[in-house]
Amino acid sequence: MNKTVNQKAWFLVLPVLVLVAFSAVIPLMTVVNYSVQDTFGNNVFFWNGIRWFEEMLADERMWNALGRQLVFSSIILAIEVPLGILVALSMPKRGFWASFCLVVMSLPLLIPWNVVGTIWQIFGRIDIGLLGYTLDAIGIDYNYTQDFYAAWITVVVMDVWHWTSLVALLAYAGLQSIPDAYYQAAKIDQASRWAVFRYIELPKMAGVLMIAILLRFMDSFMIYTEPFVVTGGGPGNATTFLSIDLVKMALGQFDLGPAAAFSIMYFLVILLISWVFYTVMTNLDKRDAKG
Amino acid sequence: MTHTAQAPGAASIPGDMTADRAAARTRRLRRPSGSVVVMTLYLLFLMLPIYWLLNMSLKTNTEILSGLTLFPHTLTFENYATILTDASWYMGYVNSLIYVVMNTVISLAVALPAAYAFSRYSFMGDKHLFFWLLTNRMAPPAVFALPFFQLYSSVGLFDTHIAVALAHCLFNVPLAVWILEGFMRGVPREIDETAYIDGYSFGKFFVKIFMPLIASGIGVAAFFCFMFSWVELLLSRTLTSVDAKPIAATMTRTVGAAGVDWGVLAAAGVLTIVPGALVIYFVRNYIAKGFALGRV
Repeated sequence: MNKTVNQKAWFLVLPVLVLVAFSAVIPLMTVVNYSVQDTFGNNVFFWNGIRWFEEMLADERMWNALGRQLVFSSIILAIEVPLGILVALSMPKRGFWASFCLVVMSLPLLIPWNVVGTIWQIFGRIDIGLLGYTLDAIGIDYNYTQDFYAAWITVVVMDVWHWTSLVALLAYAGLQSIPDAYYQAAKIDQASRWAVFRYIELPKMAGVLMIAILLRFMDSFMIYTEPFVVTGGGPGNATTFLSIDLVKMALGQFDLGPAAAFSIMYFLVILLISWVFYTVMTNLDKRDAKG
Repeated sequence: MTHTAQAPGAASIPGDMTADRAAARTRRLRRPSGSVVVMTLYLLFLMLPIYWLLNMSLKTNTEILSGLTLFPHTLTFENYATILTDASWYMGYVNSLIYVVMNTVISLAVALPAAYAFSRYSFMGDKHLFFWLLTNRMAPPAVFALPFFQLYSSVGLFDTHIAVALAHCLFNVPLAVWILEGFMRGVPREIDETAYIDGYSFGKFFVKIFMPLIASGIGVAAFFCFMFSWVELLLSRTLTSVDAKPIAATMTRTVGAAGVDWGVLAAAGVLTIVPGALVIYFVRNYIAKGFALGRV
Protein backbone atom coordinates (compact mmCIF):
# COMPACT_ATOMS: atom_id res chain seq x y z
CA MET A 1 0.00 0.00 0.00
CA ASN A 2 1.63 3.27 -1.05
CA LYS A 3 1.10 5.87 1.61
CA THR A 4 0.65 9.57 1.01
CA VAL A 5 3.41 11.83 2.22
CA ASN A 6 2.01 14.06 4.94
CA GLN A 7 4.35 15.81 7.34
CA LYS A 8 1.40 16.91 9.47
CA ALA A 9 1.06 13.30 10.59
CA TRP A 10 3.76 14.23 13.09
CA PHE A 11 1.07 15.93 15.16
CA LEU A 12 -0.73 12.62 15.52
CA VAL A 13 2.45 10.94 16.70
CA LEU A 14 3.42 13.75 19.05
CA PRO A 15 1.58 12.48 22.18
CA VAL A 16 3.30 9.11 21.91
CA LEU A 17 6.61 10.83 21.40
CA VAL A 18 6.23 13.02 24.48
CA LEU A 19 5.01 10.19 26.68
CA VAL A 20 7.66 7.67 25.65
CA ALA A 21 10.34 10.34 25.86
CA PHE A 22 9.28 10.94 29.45
CA SER A 23 9.23 7.26 30.36
CA ALA A 24 12.21 6.10 28.30
CA VAL A 25 14.59 8.85 27.21
CA ILE A 26 14.91 10.69 30.53
CA PRO A 27 15.60 7.54 32.55
CA LEU A 28 18.00 6.30 29.93
CA MET A 29 19.92 9.58 30.04
CA THR A 30 20.17 9.21 33.82
CA VAL A 31 21.78 5.84 33.24
CA VAL A 32 24.21 7.28 30.73
CA ASN A 33 24.99 10.03 33.21
CA TYR A 34 25.84 7.59 35.99
CA SER A 35 27.89 5.39 33.74
CA VAL A 36 30.53 8.08 33.19
CA GLN A 37 30.66 9.52 36.72
CA ASP A 38 31.87 8.51 40.14
CA THR A 39 31.00 9.75 43.59
CA PHE A 40 32.33 9.78 47.14
CA GLY A 41 28.84 10.34 48.53
CA ASN A 42 26.93 13.54 49.36
CA ASN A 43 25.65 13.66 45.80
CA VAL A 44 28.96 15.04 44.54
CA PHE A 45 29.73 13.48 41.21
CA PHE A 46 32.80 13.83 39.06
CA TRP A 47 33.72 12.76 35.56
CA ASN A 48 35.05 9.27 35.34
CA GLY A 49 35.29 8.64 31.61
CA ILE A 50 34.87 5.10 30.44
CA ARG A 51 36.49 3.56 33.51
CA TRP A 52 33.29 1.82 34.65
CA PHE A 53 32.93 0.20 31.25
CA GLU A 54 36.51 -1.03 31.37
CA GLU A 55 35.99 -2.32 34.86
CA MET A 56 32.78 -4.16 33.94
CA LEU A 57 34.31 -5.66 30.82
CA ALA A 58 37.24 -6.95 32.86
CA ASP A 59 34.91 -8.26 35.57
CA GLU A 60 34.25 -11.99 35.62
CA ARG A 61 30.87 -11.40 37.21
CA MET A 62 29.18 -9.88 34.17
CA TRP A 63 30.63 -12.46 31.77
CA ASN A 64 29.44 -15.27 34.00
CA ALA A 65 25.93 -13.83 34.14
CA LEU A 66 25.97 -13.37 30.37
CA GLY A 67 27.15 -16.94 29.91
CA ARG A 68 24.37 -18.32 32.11
CA GLN A 69 21.89 -16.12 30.29
CA LEU A 70 22.93 -17.41 26.87
CA VAL A 71 22.85 -21.03 28.02
CA PHE A 72 19.40 -20.51 29.52
CA SER A 73 18.00 -18.78 26.42
CA SER A 74 19.41 -21.50 24.13
CA ILE A 75 17.99 -24.32 26.24
CA ILE A 76 14.49 -22.90 26.41
CA LEU A 77 14.48 -22.10 22.67
CA ALA A 78 15.63 -25.65 21.89
CA ILE A 79 12.74 -27.03 23.95
CA GLU A 80 9.95 -24.53 23.38
CA VAL A 81 10.15 -24.17 19.60
CA PRO A 82 9.88 -27.88 18.64
CA LEU A 83 7.35 -28.50 21.42
CA GLY A 84 5.32 -25.46 20.37
CA ILE A 85 5.23 -26.67 16.75
CA LEU A 86 4.21 -30.16 17.86
CA VAL A 87 1.39 -28.75 19.98
CA ALA A 88 0.24 -26.45 17.18
CA LEU A 89 0.10 -29.40 14.76
CA SER A 90 -1.86 -31.43 17.28
CA MET A 91 -4.45 -28.78 18.01
CA PRO A 92 -7.98 -29.28 16.71
CA LYS A 93 -8.58 -27.09 13.67
CA ARG A 94 -12.02 -25.73 14.54
CA GLY A 95 -15.03 -26.17 16.76
CA PHE A 96 -15.50 -26.24 20.50
CA TRP A 97 -12.26 -28.08 21.28
CA ALA A 98 -10.18 -25.56 19.32
CA SER A 99 -11.58 -22.73 21.46
CA PHE A 100 -11.14 -24.80 24.59
CA CYS A 101 -7.46 -25.46 23.80
CA LEU A 102 -6.84 -21.80 22.95
CA VAL A 103 -8.31 -20.63 26.25
CA VAL A 104 -6.53 -23.19 28.44
CA MET A 105 -3.22 -22.64 26.66
CA SER A 106 -3.46 -18.88 27.12
CA LEU A 107 -3.94 -19.21 30.87
CA PRO A 108 -0.26 -19.41 31.91
CA LEU A 109 0.48 -16.35 29.77
CA LEU A 110 -1.92 -14.23 31.84
CA ILE A 111 -0.63 -15.09 35.30
CA PRO A 112 1.44 -12.41 37.02
CA TRP A 113 5.08 -13.40 36.78
CA ASN A 114 5.75 -13.61 40.47
CA VAL A 115 2.68 -15.82 40.87
CA VAL A 116 4.20 -18.10 38.21
CA GLY A 117 7.24 -18.23 40.44
CA THR A 118 5.10 -18.89 43.50
CA ILE A 119 3.18 -21.67 41.75
CA TRP A 120 6.39 -23.51 40.89
CA GLN A 121 7.95 -22.78 44.22
CA ILE A 122 5.02 -24.55 45.87
CA PHE A 123 4.74 -27.25 43.21
CA GLY A 124 8.38 -28.24 43.61
CA ARG A 125 8.55 -28.38 47.39
CA ILE A 126 9.21 -31.81 48.82
CA ASP A 127 6.81 -31.42 51.73
CA ILE A 128 3.74 -29.82 50.16
CA GLY A 129 4.29 -29.77 46.38
CA LEU A 130 2.96 -32.44 44.07
CA LEU A 131 6.06 -32.50 41.86
CA GLY A 132 8.64 -32.43 44.66
CA TYR A 133 6.71 -34.97 46.70
CA THR A 134 6.33 -37.37 43.77
CA LEU A 135 9.99 -37.12 42.79
CA ASP A 136 11.00 -37.64 46.39
CA ALA A 137 8.66 -40.61 46.74
CA ILE A 138 10.15 -42.41 43.74
CA GLY A 139 13.60 -41.88 45.14
CA ILE A 140 14.98 -38.98 43.12
CA ASP A 141 17.00 -36.55 45.18
CA TYR A 142 15.39 -33.26 44.29
CA ASN A 143 15.91 -29.94 46.07
CA TYR A 144 15.84 -26.81 43.97
CA THR A 145 17.19 -24.52 46.67
CA GLN A 146 20.33 -26.59 47.28
CA ASP A 147 21.14 -28.51 44.16
CA PHE A 148 22.57 -26.86 41.03
CA TYR A 149 20.90 -29.14 38.51
CA ALA A 150 17.56 -29.24 40.32
CA ALA A 151 17.49 -25.44 40.36
CA TRP A 152 18.25 -25.20 36.66
CA ILE A 153 15.75 -27.88 35.69
CA THR A 154 13.05 -26.21 37.77
CA VAL A 155 13.67 -22.81 36.18
CA VAL A 156 13.75 -24.28 32.65
CA VAL A 157 10.61 -26.39 33.16
CA MET A 158 8.86 -23.37 34.63
CA ASP A 159 9.70 -21.28 31.59
CA VAL A 160 8.58 -24.07 29.26
CA TRP A 161 5.32 -24.24 31.20
CA HIS A 162 4.93 -20.45 31.07
CA TRP A 163 5.81 -19.65 27.46
CA THR A 164 5.54 -22.70 25.17
CA SER A 165 1.92 -21.75 24.54
CA LEU A 166 3.10 -18.50 22.97
CA VAL A 167 5.12 -20.39 20.34
CA ALA A 168 2.23 -22.81 19.86
CA LEU A 169 -0.34 -20.03 19.43
CA LEU A 170 1.77 -18.22 16.84
CA ALA A 171 2.52 -21.44 14.93
CA TYR A 172 -1.18 -22.29 15.08
CA ALA A 173 -2.07 -18.90 13.61
CA GLY A 174 0.40 -19.62 10.79
CA LEU A 175 -1.16 -23.05 10.17
CA GLN A 176 -4.66 -21.60 10.05
CA SER A 177 -3.65 -19.44 7.08
CA ILE A 178 -2.95 -22.50 4.88
CA PRO A 179 -5.83 -23.07 2.43
CA ASP A 180 -7.37 -26.55 2.34
CA ALA A 181 -6.48 -26.82 -1.34
CA TYR A 182 -2.81 -27.23 -0.40
CA TYR A 183 -3.57 -30.33 1.66
CA GLN A 184 -5.80 -31.76 -1.05
CA ALA A 185 -3.04 -31.29 -3.62
CA ALA A 186 -0.62 -33.04 -1.27
CA LYS A 187 -3.06 -35.92 -0.86
CA ILE A 188 -3.38 -36.31 -4.62
CA ASP A 189 0.40 -36.42 -4.87
CA GLN A 190 0.38 -39.00 -2.05
CA ALA A 191 2.77 -36.88 -0.06
CA SER A 192 3.94 -38.35 3.23
CA ARG A 193 3.12 -36.68 6.54
CA TRP A 194 6.73 -35.50 6.76
CA ALA A 195 6.62 -34.05 3.22
CA VAL A 196 3.42 -32.18 4.05
CA PHE A 197 5.11 -30.72 7.09
CA ARG A 198 8.39 -29.95 5.35
CA TYR A 199 7.08 -28.44 2.12
CA ILE A 200 3.68 -26.99 3.05
CA GLU A 201 3.35 -26.32 6.75
CA LEU A 202 6.87 -25.27 7.66
CA PRO A 203 7.29 -22.65 4.88
CA LYS A 204 3.89 -21.17 5.74
CA MET A 205 4.82 -21.05 9.43
CA ALA A 206 8.33 -19.70 8.84
CA GLY A 207 7.36 -16.05 9.25
CA VAL A 208 5.43 -16.36 12.50
CA LEU A 209 7.95 -18.84 13.85
CA MET A 210 10.68 -16.28 13.31
CA ILE A 211 8.66 -13.79 15.33
CA ALA A 212 8.07 -16.40 18.01
CA ILE A 213 11.78 -17.25 18.25
CA LEU A 214 12.82 -13.61 18.46
CA LEU A 215 10.16 -12.79 21.06
CA ARG A 216 11.10 -15.79 23.18
CA PHE A 217 14.80 -15.01 22.89
CA MET A 218 14.29 -11.40 23.84
CA ASP A 219 11.89 -12.05 26.72
CA SER A 220 14.02 -14.85 28.13
CA PHE A 221 17.00 -12.54 27.82
CA MET A 222 15.46 -10.15 30.32
CA ILE A 223 13.80 -12.70 32.59
CA TYR A 224 13.80 -11.56 36.18
CA THR A 225 10.77 -12.21 38.35
CA GLU A 226 10.14 -15.93 37.92
CA PRO A 227 13.62 -17.29 38.75
CA PHE A 228 14.02 -14.62 41.40
CA VAL A 229 10.94 -15.87 43.23
CA VAL A 230 11.82 -19.56 42.89
CA THR A 231 15.56 -19.65 43.48
CA GLY A 232 16.53 -16.06 44.28
CA GLY A 233 19.42 -16.50 41.85
CA GLY A 234 20.85 -19.42 43.79
CA PRO A 235 22.10 -21.85 44.86
CA GLY A 236 25.18 -19.66 44.98
CA ASN A 237 24.98 -17.80 41.70
CA ALA A 238 23.74 -20.76 39.68
CA THR A 239 20.60 -19.08 38.32
CA THR A 240 21.68 -15.43 38.53
CA PHE A 241 20.77 -14.19 35.07
CA LEU A 242 21.58 -10.76 33.67
CA SER A 243 18.56 -8.91 35.05
CA ILE A 244 18.85 -10.48 38.48
CA ASP A 245 22.52 -9.56 38.62
CA LEU A 246 21.76 -6.02 37.48
CA VAL A 247 19.02 -5.43 40.03
CA LYS A 248 21.27 -6.85 42.74
CA MET A 249 23.96 -4.40 41.72
CA ALA A 250 21.76 -1.32 41.24
CA LEU A 251 19.10 -1.60 43.95
CA GLY A 252 20.79 -3.97 46.36
CA GLN A 253 24.34 -2.67 46.56
CA PHE A 254 23.66 0.76 45.03
CA ASP A 255 26.79 0.53 42.86
CA LEU A 256 25.44 3.16 40.50
CA GLY A 257 28.41 3.53 38.18
CA PRO A 258 29.07 -0.13 37.39
CA ALA A 259 25.34 -0.88 37.27
CA ALA A 260 24.80 1.93 34.78
CA ALA A 261 27.67 0.75 32.58
CA PHE A 262 26.22 -2.76 32.78
CA SER A 263 22.77 -1.41 31.83
CA ILE A 264 24.07 0.37 28.78
CA MET A 265 25.88 -2.67 27.42
CA TYR A 266 22.82 -4.78 28.18
CA PHE A 267 20.66 -2.27 26.32
CA LEU A 268 22.97 -2.26 23.29
CA VAL A 269 22.61 -6.02 22.97
CA ILE A 270 18.83 -5.66 23.14
CA LEU A 271 18.99 -2.89 20.52
CA LEU A 272 20.87 -5.18 18.17
CA ILE A 273 18.32 -7.99 18.56
CA SER A 274 15.45 -5.51 18.16
CA TRP A 275 16.95 -4.43 14.87
CA VAL A 276 17.01 -8.03 13.61
CA PHE A 277 13.42 -8.39 14.79
CA TYR A 278 12.37 -5.21 12.98
CA THR A 279 14.02 -6.29 9.74
CA VAL A 280 12.22 -9.64 9.88
CA MET A 281 8.88 -7.91 10.55
CA THR A 282 9.19 -5.43 7.70
CA ASN A 283 10.28 -8.18 5.29
CA LEU A 284 7.20 -10.17 6.29
CA ASP A 285 4.99 -7.15 5.69
CA LYS A 286 6.49 -6.70 2.24
CA ARG A 287 5.97 -10.36 1.39
CA ASP A 288 2.34 -10.14 2.52
CA ALA A 289 1.81 -7.03 0.43
CA LYS A 290 3.12 -8.84 -2.65
CA GLY A 291 1.20 -12.10 -2.31
CA MET B 1 -14.48 -36.63 -0.55
CA THR B 2 -11.72 -39.16 -0.23
CA HIS B 3 -14.21 -41.59 1.20
CA THR B 4 -16.16 -41.70 -2.04
CA ALA B 5 -12.95 -42.44 -3.90
CA GLN B 6 -12.38 -45.45 -1.65
CA ALA B 7 -16.01 -46.54 -1.60
CA PRO B 8 -16.64 -50.28 -1.28
CA GLY B 9 -18.15 -50.24 -4.77
CA ALA B 10 -14.65 -50.18 -6.29
CA ALA B 11 -14.37 -53.95 -6.14
CA SER B 12 -11.92 -54.25 -9.03
CA ILE B 13 -9.06 -52.74 -7.03
CA PRO B 14 -6.08 -55.14 -6.99
CA GLY B 15 -5.02 -56.70 -3.72
CA ASP B 16 -2.03 -54.50 -2.99
CA MET B 17 -4.16 -51.41 -3.39
CA THR B 18 -6.56 -52.77 -0.79
CA ALA B 19 -3.69 -53.27 1.60
CA ASP B 20 -2.63 -49.71 0.90
CA ARG B 21 -6.10 -48.55 1.68
CA ALA B 22 -6.17 -50.43 4.94
CA ALA B 23 -2.83 -48.94 5.85
CA ALA B 24 -4.14 -45.51 4.96
CA ARG B 25 -7.18 -46.07 7.11
CA THR B 26 -5.19 -47.14 10.14
CA ARG B 27 -2.91 -44.18 9.62
CA ARG B 28 -5.87 -41.88 9.52
CA LEU B 29 -7.24 -43.49 12.64
CA ARG B 30 -3.95 -43.38 14.45
CA ARG B 31 -2.98 -39.84 13.55
CA PRO B 32 -5.82 -37.97 15.24
CA SER B 33 -5.43 -40.13 18.32
CA GLY B 34 -1.74 -39.19 18.39
CA SER B 35 -2.75 -35.54 18.36
CA VAL B 36 -5.24 -36.13 21.11
CA VAL B 37 -2.57 -37.77 23.26
CA VAL B 38 -0.14 -34.88 22.71
CA MET B 39 -2.80 -32.28 23.45
CA THR B 40 -4.07 -34.10 26.53
CA LEU B 41 -0.57 -34.45 27.95
CA TYR B 42 0.25 -30.82 27.20
CA LEU B 43 -2.95 -29.43 28.70
CA LEU B 44 -2.46 -31.67 31.73
CA PHE B 45 1.06 -30.30 32.12
CA LEU B 46 -0.35 -26.76 31.97
CA MET B 47 -3.21 -27.38 34.36
CA LEU B 48 -1.49 -29.45 37.06
CA PRO B 49 0.44 -26.61 38.76
CA ILE B 50 -2.61 -24.34 38.56
CA TYR B 51 -4.79 -27.08 39.98
CA TRP B 52 -2.32 -27.57 42.79
CA LEU B 53 -2.53 -23.88 43.67
CA LEU B 54 -6.34 -24.00 43.63
CA ASN B 55 -6.30 -27.19 45.67
CA MET B 56 -4.06 -25.62 48.32
CA SER B 57 -6.13 -22.46 48.50
CA LEU B 58 -9.15 -24.52 49.56
CA LYS B 59 -7.36 -26.37 52.36
CA THR B 60 -6.60 -25.43 55.91
CA ASN B 61 -2.96 -24.91 56.82
CA THR B 62 -2.99 -27.97 59.06
CA GLU B 63 -4.12 -30.11 56.16
CA ILE B 64 -1.51 -28.60 53.84
CA LEU B 65 1.31 -29.32 56.26
CA SER B 66 0.12 -32.65 57.59
CA GLY B 67 0.60 -34.53 54.34
CA LEU B 68 -0.13 -34.64 50.64
CA THR B 69 -3.80 -34.79 49.69
CA LEU B 70 -4.86 -34.66 46.05
CA PHE B 71 -8.06 -32.78 46.85
CA PRO B 72 -9.17 -30.84 49.95
CA HIS B 73 -10.69 -33.19 52.52
CA THR B 74 -11.96 -30.39 54.71
CA LEU B 75 -13.09 -27.84 52.18
CA THR B 76 -12.62 -24.31 53.49
CA PHE B 77 -13.07 -20.82 52.09
CA GLU B 78 -11.33 -19.34 55.10
CA ASN B 79 -8.28 -18.30 53.06
CA TYR B 80 -10.38 -16.31 50.61
CA ALA B 81 -12.33 -14.78 53.45
CA THR B 82 -9.07 -13.59 55.02
CA ILE B 83 -8.13 -11.75 51.84
CA LEU B 84 -11.51 -10.31 51.01
CA THR B 85 -12.16 -8.91 54.49
CA ASP B 86 -8.73 -7.49 55.27
CA ALA B 87 -8.20 -4.03 53.77
CA SER B 88 -4.42 -4.38 53.60
CA TRP B 89 -5.02 -7.45 51.42
CA TYR B 90 -7.78 -6.43 49.09
CA MET B 91 -6.40 -2.92 48.67
CA GLY B 92 -3.56 -4.64 46.83
CA TYR B 93 -6.05 -5.75 44.19
CA VAL B 94 -7.66 -2.32 44.11
CA ASN B 95 -4.27 -0.64 43.67
CA SER B 96 -3.29 -3.01 40.89
CA LEU B 97 -6.59 -2.50 39.10
CA ILE B 98 -6.35 1.29 39.41
CA TYR B 99 -2.94 1.61 37.82
CA VAL B 100 -3.65 -1.08 35.23
CA VAL B 101 -6.83 0.67 34.07
CA MET B 102 -5.09 4.06 34.08
CA ASN B 103 -2.28 2.65 32.01
CA THR B 104 -4.67 1.04 29.52
CA VAL B 105 -6.60 4.28 29.05
CA ILE B 106 -3.46 6.41 28.62
CA SER B 107 -1.82 3.92 26.27
CA LEU B 108 -4.85 3.64 24.01
CA ALA B 109 -5.52 7.39 24.00
CA VAL B 110 -2.04 8.23 22.70
CA ALA B 111 -1.59 5.11 20.57
CA LEU B 112 -4.76 5.46 18.47
CA PRO B 113 -3.82 8.64 16.57
CA ALA B 114 -0.20 7.54 16.28
CA ALA B 115 -1.15 4.16 14.86
CA TYR B 116 -3.41 5.90 12.36
CA ALA B 117 -0.55 8.14 11.28
CA PHE B 118 1.79 5.15 10.85
CA SER B 119 -0.76 3.14 8.88
CA ARG B 120 -1.87 5.93 6.54
CA TYR B 121 0.88 8.45 6.01
CA SER B 122 4.57 8.49 5.39
CA PHE B 123 6.45 11.32 6.98
CA MET B 124 9.96 12.29 7.86
CA GLY B 125 11.56 9.73 10.16
CA ASP B 126 8.51 7.47 10.38
CA LYS B 127 10.46 4.23 10.02
CA HIS B 128 13.06 5.23 12.59
CA LEU B 129 10.34 6.26 14.99
CA PHE B 130 8.52 2.96 14.55
CA PHE B 131 11.74 1.07 15.22
CA TRP B 132 12.53 3.19 18.24
CA LEU B 133 9.11 2.35 19.69
CA LEU B 134 9.88 -1.33 19.26
CA THR B 135 13.16 -1.02 21.17
CA ASN B 136 11.18 0.31 24.12
CA ARG B 137 8.90 -2.72 24.09
CA MET B 138 12.02 -4.88 24.20
CA ALA B 139 13.84 -2.85 26.87
CA PRO B 140 14.59 -4.84 30.03
CA PRO B 141 12.67 -3.37 32.99
CA ALA B 142 15.72 -4.07 35.16
CA VAL B 143 17.61 -1.34 33.28
CA PHE B 144 14.88 1.16 34.04
CA ALA B 145 14.10 0.25 37.65
CA LEU B 146 16.65 2.53 39.31
CA PRO B 147 16.28 5.59 37.03
CA PHE B 148 12.49 5.36 37.31
CA PHE B 149 12.76 5.28 41.06
CA GLN B 150 14.87 8.43 41.05
CA LEU B 151 12.82 10.22 38.40
CA TYR B 152 9.48 9.67 40.10
CA SER B 153 10.90 10.40 43.54
CA SER B 154 12.28 13.72 42.34
CA VAL B 155 8.96 14.85 40.84
CA GLY B 156 7.05 13.69 43.92
CA LEU B 157 5.14 10.89 42.25
CA PHE B 158 6.71 8.02 44.17
CA ASP B 159 4.13 5.60 45.60
CA THR B 160 1.25 6.91 43.47
CA HIS B 161 -0.83 4.95 40.97
CA ILE B 162 -0.05 7.34 38.15
CA ALA B 163 3.70 6.69 38.55
CA VAL B 164 3.25 2.98 37.89
CA ALA B 165 0.78 3.69 35.08
CA LEU B 166 3.28 6.02 33.38
CA ALA B 167 6.17 3.62 33.93
CA HIS B 168 4.24 0.79 32.29
CA CYS B 169 3.66 3.04 29.28
CA LEU B 170 7.30 2.28 28.49
CA PHE B 171 6.33 -1.07 27.01
CA ASN B 172 2.55 -0.76 26.62
CA VAL B 173 2.41 2.31 24.36
CA PRO B 174 4.73 0.74 21.76
CA LEU B 175 2.77 -2.50 22.01
CA ALA B 176 -0.55 -0.69 21.49
CA VAL B 177 0.80 1.27 18.53
CA TRP B 178 2.10 -1.87 16.85
CA ILE B 179 -1.08 -3.89 17.43
CA LEU B 180 -3.40 -1.08 16.32
CA GLU B 181 -1.29 -0.38 13.25
CA GLY B 182 -1.62 -4.05 12.32
CA PHE B 183 -5.41 -3.86 12.51
CA MET B 184 -5.68 -0.45 10.82
CA ARG B 185 -3.78 -1.48 7.72
CA GLY B 186 -6.55 -3.99 7.09
CA VAL B 187 -9.08 -1.17 6.64
CA PRO B 188 -9.13 0.04 3.01
CA ARG B 189 -8.10 3.66 2.53
CA GLU B 190 -11.05 4.32 0.24
CA ILE B 191 -13.19 4.55 3.38
CA ASP B 192 -11.12 7.48 4.67
CA GLU B 193 -11.24 9.23 1.33
CA THR B 194 -14.98 8.76 0.89
CA ALA B 195 -15.61 10.15 4.36
CA TYR B 196 -13.50 13.23 3.66
CA ILE B 197 -15.35 13.80 0.37
CA ASP B 198 -18.62 13.51 2.27
CA GLY B 199 -17.44 16.40 4.41
CA TYR B 200 -16.44 14.66 7.59
CA SER B 201 -13.79 16.42 9.64
CA PHE B 202 -10.85 14.28 10.76
CA GLY B 203 -12.02 14.08 14.36
CA LYS B 204 -15.57 13.19 13.47
CA PHE B 205 -14.48 10.61 10.92
CA PHE B 206 -12.07 9.03 13.37
CA VAL B 207 -14.56 8.66 16.21
CA LYS B 208 -17.77 8.00 14.27
CA ILE B 209 -16.54 5.81 11.42
CA PHE B 210 -13.00 4.61 11.89
CA MET B 211 -13.03 3.51 15.53
CA PRO B 212 -16.11 1.27 15.13
CA LEU B 213 -14.38 -0.35 12.14
CA ILE B 214 -11.36 -1.35 14.20
CA ALA B 215 -13.32 -2.04 17.38
CA SER B 216 -11.92 -5.56 17.65
CA GLY B 217 -8.40 -4.16 17.28
CA ILE B 218 -9.00 -1.66 20.07
CA GLY B 219 -10.35 -4.45 22.24
CA VAL B 220 -7.32 -6.61 21.61
CA ALA B 221 -4.89 -3.74 22.23
CA ALA B 222 -6.71 -2.91 25.46
CA PHE B 223 -6.55 -6.53 26.54
CA PHE B 224 -2.80 -6.72 25.95
CA CYS B 225 -2.11 -3.42 27.72
CA PHE B 226 -4.18 -4.66 30.64
CA MET B 227 -2.42 -7.97 30.69
CA PHE B 228 1.18 -6.78 30.45
CA SER B 229 0.57 -4.15 33.10
CA TRP B 230 -1.09 -6.75 35.31
CA VAL B 231 1.67 -9.35 35.10
CA GLU B 232 4.59 -6.94 35.56
CA LEU B 233 6.10 -6.78 39.01
CA LEU B 234 9.63 -5.37 39.01
CA LEU B 235 8.69 -1.78 38.13
CA SER B 236 5.45 -1.65 40.09
CA ARG B 237 7.22 -2.95 43.18
CA THR B 238 10.13 -0.54 42.84
CA LEU B 239 7.86 2.49 42.43
CA THR B 240 5.52 1.85 45.35
CA SER B 241 5.79 1.35 49.08
CA VAL B 242 2.42 1.56 50.82
CA ASP B 243 -0.34 3.57 49.17
CA ALA B 244 -0.13 2.08 45.70
CA LYS B 245 1.35 -1.30 46.50
CA PRO B 246 0.27 -3.91 43.94
CA ILE B 247 -1.22 -7.25 44.92
CA ALA B 248 1.77 -9.13 43.57
CA ALA B 249 4.01 -7.35 46.08
CA THR B 250 1.47 -7.70 48.89
CA MET B 251 1.75 -11.47 48.57
CA THR B 252 5.15 -11.44 50.24
CA ARG B 253 3.49 -10.65 53.58
CA THR B 254 2.33 -14.24 53.93
CA VAL B 255 5.91 -14.99 54.94
CA GLY B 256 5.92 -14.20 58.64
CA ALA B 257 7.83 -15.09 61.77
CA ALA B 258 5.65 -18.17 62.24
CA GLY B 259 6.47 -19.50 58.76
CA VAL B 260 4.54 -19.15 55.54
CA ASP B 261 0.77 -18.94 55.50
CA TRP B 262 0.47 -21.27 52.51
CA GLY B 263 -3.29 -21.30 52.27
CA VAL B 264 -3.61 -17.53 52.04
CA LEU B 265 -0.66 -17.31 49.65
CA ALA B 266 -2.32 -19.84 47.34
CA ALA B 267 -5.68 -18.06 47.56
CA ALA B 268 -4.05 -14.73 46.69
CA GLY B 269 -2.36 -16.39 43.71
CA VAL B 270 -5.63 -17.86 42.48
CA LEU B 271 -7.31 -14.45 42.74
CA THR B 272 -4.61 -12.88 40.52
CA ILE B 273 -5.38 -15.40 37.78
CA VAL B 274 -9.10 -14.59 37.76
CA PRO B 275 -9.11 -11.27 35.81
CA GLY B 276 -7.16 -12.74 32.91
CA ALA B 277 -9.19 -15.92 32.89
CA LEU B 278 -12.44 -13.95 32.74
CA VAL B 279 -11.66 -12.06 29.53
CA ILE B 280 -9.45 -14.53 27.70
CA TYR B 281 -12.47 -16.17 26.03
CA PHE B 282 -13.34 -12.98 24.16
CA VAL B 283 -9.92 -12.47 22.61
CA ARG B 284 -9.00 -16.14 22.05
CA ASN B 285 -8.90 -15.78 18.26
CA TYR B 286 -6.70 -12.68 18.36
CA ILE B 287 -4.28 -13.66 21.06
CA ALA B 288 -1.61 -14.80 18.58
CA LYS B 289 -1.92 -11.53 16.68
CA GLY B 290 -1.53 -9.56 19.88
CA PHE B 291 1.59 -11.42 20.96
CA ALA B 292 3.09 -10.99 17.50
CA LEU B 293 2.58 -7.21 17.82
CA GLY B 294 -0.21 -7.20 15.27
CA ARG B 295 1.79 -9.04 12.63
CA VAL B 296 0.10 -12.40 12.00
